[in-house]
Amino acid sequence: MVRIGAILLGTGLLGLGLLAGCPDNSNNPYPGSKADANVLYSAFSERPKHLDPARSYSANEAEFTGQIYEPPLQYHFLKRPYTLVPLTAEAVPRPRYFDAAGKALPDDAPAASIAESAYEIRIRPGIRYQPHPAFARDAAGRYRYHSLAAADIAKNTRIQDFEHSGTRELVAADYVYQIKRLANPRLSSPIFGLMSEHIVGLKALGEALEKAAKADPDAALKLDDFPLDGAEVVDRHTYRIRIKGKYPQFIYWLAMPFFAPVPWEAEAFYAQPGMADRNLTLDWQPVGTGPYYLAENDPNRRMVLKKNPHFHGEAHPAEGSEEDRRAGLLADAGKLLPFVDEAVYSLEKETIPYWSKFLQGYYDSSGISSDSFDQAVQFTSGGDPQLTDSMREQDIHLITAVSASIWYVGFNMLDPVVGGLGEDRQKLRQALSIAFDYDEFISIFLNGRGIPAQGPIPPGLFGYVEGVAGLNPYVYEARDGQIQRRPIETARKLLAEAGYPNGRNAKTGEPLVLYFDTMASGPDAKSRLDWMKKQLDKLNVQLVVRGTDYNRFQDKIRKGNAQLFEWGWNADYPDPENFLFLLYGPHKKVASGGENAANYDSTEFNSLFERMKDMDNGPARQQVIDAMLEIVRRDAPWIFAYYPKSFGLRHGWVHNVKPNLMANNTLKYRRIDPDLRASRRAEWNRPVLWPIILLVAALVAVIAPAVIGWRRHEGKTA
Amino acid sequence: MLAYILRRLLYAIPILIGVNLLTFTLFFVVNTPDDMARLQLGAKHVTPEAIDRWKVEHGYDKPLMLNAAATGSAQFTDTIFFKHSAAMFVFEFGKGDDGRNIGNEIRTRMGPSLAIALPVFVIGLLVNVSFALLMVFFRATYLDLWGVVLCVVLMSISGLFYIIAGQYFIAKLWNLLPISGFAGGIDGIRFILLPVLVGVVAGIGSGSRWYRTIFLEEIGKDYVRTARAKGLSEGRVLFRHVLKNGMIPILTGAVVVLPLLFMGSLITESFFGIPGLGSYTIDAIQAQDFAVVRAMVFLGSFLYIVGLILTDISYSWVDPRVRLQ
Amino acid sequence: MNSIQPVILWTDALIFALLLAVLVLVWLIRRQEHLLAPWRVVAQRPMAMGAALVLGAFVVIGLLDSLHYRAQLTDSPADAPQYSVEVLSVFDALTSELRSRQEKTYSAPLAMQLYAKEFVERDGATVRDYPRLQYGGAHLQRADERLSDITRRTLVGATQGGLASLLLFGLLAGWQVRRTRLAVGAWLAAWRQGSLNWPGRTVVLMVALLLMLGGALAQLASGYHVFGTDKVGQDVLYISLKSIRTGLVIGTLTTLVTLPLAIGFGITAGYFRGWVDDIIQYLYTVLNSIPGVLLIAAAVLIVQVYIESNPDIFDTAAARADIRLLALCLIMGVTSWTGLARLLRGESLKLRTLDYVEAARAFGVSNVRIISRHIFPNLFHLVLIAIVLDFSGLVLAEAVLSYIGVGVDPAMYSWGNMINGARLELAREPVVWWQLGAAFAFMFTLVLAANLFADGVRDAFDPRLGGRR
Repeated sequence: MVRIGAILLGTGLLGLGLLAGCPDNSNNPYPGSKADANVLYSAFSERPKHLDPARSYSANEAEFTGQIYEPPLQYHFLKRPYTLVPLTAEAVPRPRYFDAAGKALPDDAPAASIAESAYEIRIRPGIRYQPHPAFARDAAGRYRYHSLAAADIAKNTRIQDFEHSGTRELVAADYVYQIKRLANPRLSSPIFGLMSEHIVGLKALGEALEKAAKADPDAALKLDDFPLDGAEVVDRHTYRIRIKGKYPQFIYWLAMPFFAPVPWEAEAFYAQPGMADRNLTLDWQPVGTGPYYLAENDPNRRMVLKKNPHFHGEAHPAEGSEEDRRAGLLADAGKLLPFVDEAVYSLEKETIPYWSKFLQGYYDSSGISSDSFDQAVQFTSGGDPQLTDSMREQDIHLITAVSASIWYVGFNMLDPVVGGLGEDRQKLRQALSIAFDYDEFISIFLNGRGIPAQGPIPPGLFGYVEGVAGLNPYVYEARDGQIQRRPIETARKLLAEAGYPNGRNAKTGEPLVLYFDTMASGPDAKSRLDWMKKQLDKLNVQLVVRGTDYNRFQDKIRKGNAQLFEWGWNADYPDPENFLFLLYGPHKKVASGGENAANYDSTEFNSLFERMKDMDNGPARQQVIDAMLEIVRRDAPWIFAYYPKSFGLRHGWVHNVKPNLMANNTLKYRRIDPDLRASRRAEWNRPVLWPIILLVAALVAVIAPAVIGWRRHEGKTA
Repeated sequence: MLAYILRRLLYAIPILIGVNLLTFTLFFVVNTPDDMARLQLGAKHVTPEAIDRWKVEHGYDKPLMLNAAATGSAQFTDTIFFKHSAAMFVFEFGKGDDGRNIGNEIRTRMGPSLAIALPVFVIGLLVNVSFALLMVFFRATYLDLWGVVLCVVLMSISGLFYIIAGQYFIAKLWNLLPISGFAGGIDGIRFILLPVLVGVVAGIGSGSRWYRTIFLEEIGKDYVRTARAKGLSEGRVLFRHVLKNGMIPILTGAVVVLPLLFMGSLITESFFGIPGLGSYTIDAIQAQDFAVVRAMVFLGSFLYIVGLILTDISYSWVDPRVRLQ
Repeated sequence: MNSIQPVILWTDALIFALLLAVLVLVWLIRRQEHLLAPWRVVAQRPMAMGAALVLGAFVVIGLLDSLHYRAQLTDSPADAPQYSVEVLSVFDALTSELRSRQEKTYSAPLAMQLYAKEFVERDGATVRDYPRLQYGGAHLQRADERLSDITRRTLVGATQGGLASLLLFGLLAGWQVRRTRLAVGAWLAAWRQGSLNWPGRTVVLMVALLLMLGGALAQLASGYHVFGTDKVGQDVLYISLKSIRTGLVIGTLTTLVTLPLAIGFGITAGYFRGWVDDIIQYLYTVLNSIPGVLLIAAAVLIVQVYIESNPDIFDTAAARADIRLLALCLIMGVTSWTGLARLLRGESLKLRTLDYVEAARAFGVSNVRIISRHIFPNLFHLVLIAIVLDFSGLVLAEAVLSYIGVGVDPAMYSWGNMINGARLELAREPVVWWQLGAAFAFMFTLVLAANLFADGVRDAFDPRLGGRR
């Protein structure tokens, strides 16, 4: 017993000694790494599923693929509205139009006469890929690792284990190769369906490849053996893409990793038997030309990006607004990118650890979850967000931006109760739109990180109208120059006019019961669902909330069994077409499987949409869009809920941060001050030792009487 | 002995087949291949053709259990069930729905799981036995009574509270240890300390109380009285005889969970961000990754059966009267 | 007065069936002295009786919360009454004040202001400050009255509770005195010294304590939110009280599923041996070897699919949540019978070799009769101990399962859901601790009481441990 006490005391003291003697702070989650290294620390909350540029589509994957792969174009880091600039291309291509006979047409030719548009892209010579064993050649010029025996592969569990690596110049054929990959049935690229409607011959290629894949399921598909009419190599550094008809939005796709180059060597390398069993696939081990390459890929723990030694070099942008200059974003103008040597992303699934580590200085920047928000931000009397004193003391800075996305509550227009285009149904939907007080929702659940939506187009995109001029007159009204939600009495009146006075069917007297489908789950879900019910209580309408899992929800929407449902959309590119097409009749979810989940189908709207989508931005287009907005606001197939605002925080040692919701390759602009970080971290993380001392003392106090009792007892019996 | 183990392993096969059949039916009722495809392909621009392609690619385009179109034994072998289950018996788990190799994943995740589960088990055993002995020594005094009350109180607190409190105080308020994360090697110790501490404390209540009853039972036996009559001191009786004999049921009882330590702890791992098999399982449930869940069920039941065999062996080892036949 | 439409949810029906079964059992036990004896032992333990009283209080709330109905809509015509889709319970009706007094969002326990600052109009200017609550402390004029008001209410409530318990005590004393034919003074002395043959002191003090606590809570709750409010401004005390039913349902109904399986399979395996034994052993090894969480996850998902494909049967949110709760109980029962079955199998193996069982068989007594007459009664104490021991474990398991997302319906009141929600609240500053704290306090009380009661039952019934404490 004495021994146990001594051991406890000993371990306690030892622990204290260890904590005190640690070279860094004992709570540092990056043991062994130097705090003053030029390394950026960040986190990811969900492991990326795909890093193959043909498959990856979600934002958390773009965090990595954006830094590694380089499509021909990119968004300018600072300019707003979002502007496309060349990345690997010499210039932003201008489409040339041809009629059905193949005759060139002028730029202002009417859309109907255009049979094909051609984009010719010239890439800059001298760009080289990151070092990778797929490029390694032996003295005789043969590829070292393209015909490996299974035993050789078994030795190598990671890419770094291959002794040799090589590089190669980027050529136009790599871009064409990737476009063909979009049609590869084995990759099931998410945009194949969409692109096959636009790129000439892509659909045929997909069919040919599928036939070949069925005929010989085990053999690798040699894409070079299959021609693609719509994408051809012009010369070593030039390629041409042909598009059916006119599709002005196509240019935006050229800034996404889907159109980044993929070297055939990489596919050949990873196709060797045994590679996939070690998770060595292009889906997990990307090969690109970007400023960084993936040096460590452990999606269970951390992903590490390192500077690509062969990066072609790019200068920090020199153009920017006066505001950018004041924010110091132009201080590095002309300097060679990238600034940070290494970026470490750790897996962090829970909010509490994420937020705590940010405050302790172990993450350089952070999004703010709704629940830590009160701690970080307060609103000034003008309603502008501002950091709290404790944050400012820590030299933390706030970054805000309205995302190019929208959340909405959709009405299933095929539903017998809420659907249909009749006037009474319009009024019913308008009444409900007023009742769901999203202004309150934003303040309770989002801590003000959102803007009540006035229509389907979020701010920052062409077609959005700022201020009172752009309000939705069916839900809001202007009072003293402010946008105010219409009073609930208006909703009651509309409801009565729709045939449900006081929430009861005027004919049968039955109460109006609505069903709301949601896939909300997680800690917040219950409060949100309660809130929903509360909203309709105001109209004396009864709401039954049905929470379901993702699959069941999708299934309902697809079959059109839902009544009210919650959904959102994130922009693919900064064009109003990307939002308005969600209401375009021929894209109905039911029957056609499109993205129009509300199954809204208004002939008037449809014909305006067809006109609008091919127009260039300008007053004429704005006019068409305004007309479309009026139609959807009146018909109210959606309750336009809110445009989410993204708030981010960064520590004082992080520079060159400007939210860019379109660009995903902004890591290269980031600069940090490691020395400042090292000193701050040391200051913020002094361990508090008294609880340990107290604990040891308490243990001794409990055990000592026991030991004494024991001694006495032993003395008696022995 | 060897023959016994072999036979027991053969007995395991029908059990594993039963486990497989059960999980297979359960999960396919919920998750049709179409659902899986949609979950993997994401929400945007998904066409029915893309779903068909995904199913072919991942081997979900065949009939579930019985292929009427095929002939002979292919009726049973050319089905989703056979294709996805048979290989597991030689520990070939194939690919998860996200395309990563499951076998590879299990190998790399076993280490972190063990790094938490093994110390929790060993230290927990030591602490609980010491505490139980202490209570037995002071039996029928107020120390024992309050010891038992303390155990019951500790037992009555949900495990979630221990984790939340540990993270809040030790990591957030006192900056003593990292709040979550993991690293291999010697650097990893700082990450392990907190989850292990929480795990041990959460287990003290039920563990010590259980061991206390075992020791109490032992102390009432004749040989203890004989030993006391010989004039041995109470301490010696306790350590020499009671502890030694009491450890037999404790250790043999512990053997059954030993292999399952590999599976890790679901909750602890996901709270502390440990990249082990427990958090893998939780992720798979939440992502409805059927292939991974099935592999984990198979692994779990296999390890359970190994545990049962080990228990039998350990019984025969400590008690020569038990013969394995 | 509006009429109501009674709603009997699945779990309600089962709960009352269970209650009936317990009552019948009690009646049976009371008539047989040898069955009653161990219960007398339990009744003599102060700890067990105190715990039983606390459990009783929880059970009463749970039962009140299991009498469901749908209220008539206020303006519905008399000849064709229409009812709200919201399913309420008698407990809701009793605590309608707690339920209806919703604030906007978080407020701390006993607070009179919201937790977060907002823009408020004050003297014509807009300032950012803590707005007053709509209900909590609304009767107060100034902030500094709060403390004295709280103290006053606590004292008043406690006094009321104390008076009520005095009254009860008087009644008890009167009854006892008449029964035992002791003088009042002598009985009181015996009570004070604890020399009655039942733990009178503990019981009376416990009842007094419960009543005083209840009185104080009621007094405070009429003017404040005793445990604060949650994110959408609902009273946390109300949520915690509503969660009691969920905890009890899980703890008891699961056992109800377990028992027939465990007893049936366990005894038949042990008694008949041979191939019956083989099959049953196979069955429970298979079930046992599947990690329980995965099995539960699959079953819960199946139920969801079923609910989605039959929206007509489950037309109210309460019915949907209820069927999921029932499914959870079912599946937890199906996965947890194996332990008890194994124990019973082992014991039956031993019992069947006893002389009188062998003799009965030799005389040609039917197997059913032997099992019901000789085997089962000798195993009954094991079953009972298993029930009380499992209860607390099941209540705790609910929290963990809800955390993983395979527990009760997210719209259901449960401690698991409360803890789950608290994960985010703890990251707030200042910390929102009251929801977690309330869930902890209620859960801890219930589980502790159950554990202490289980201890008492086990000591009284398990002959091996009898009297060795």
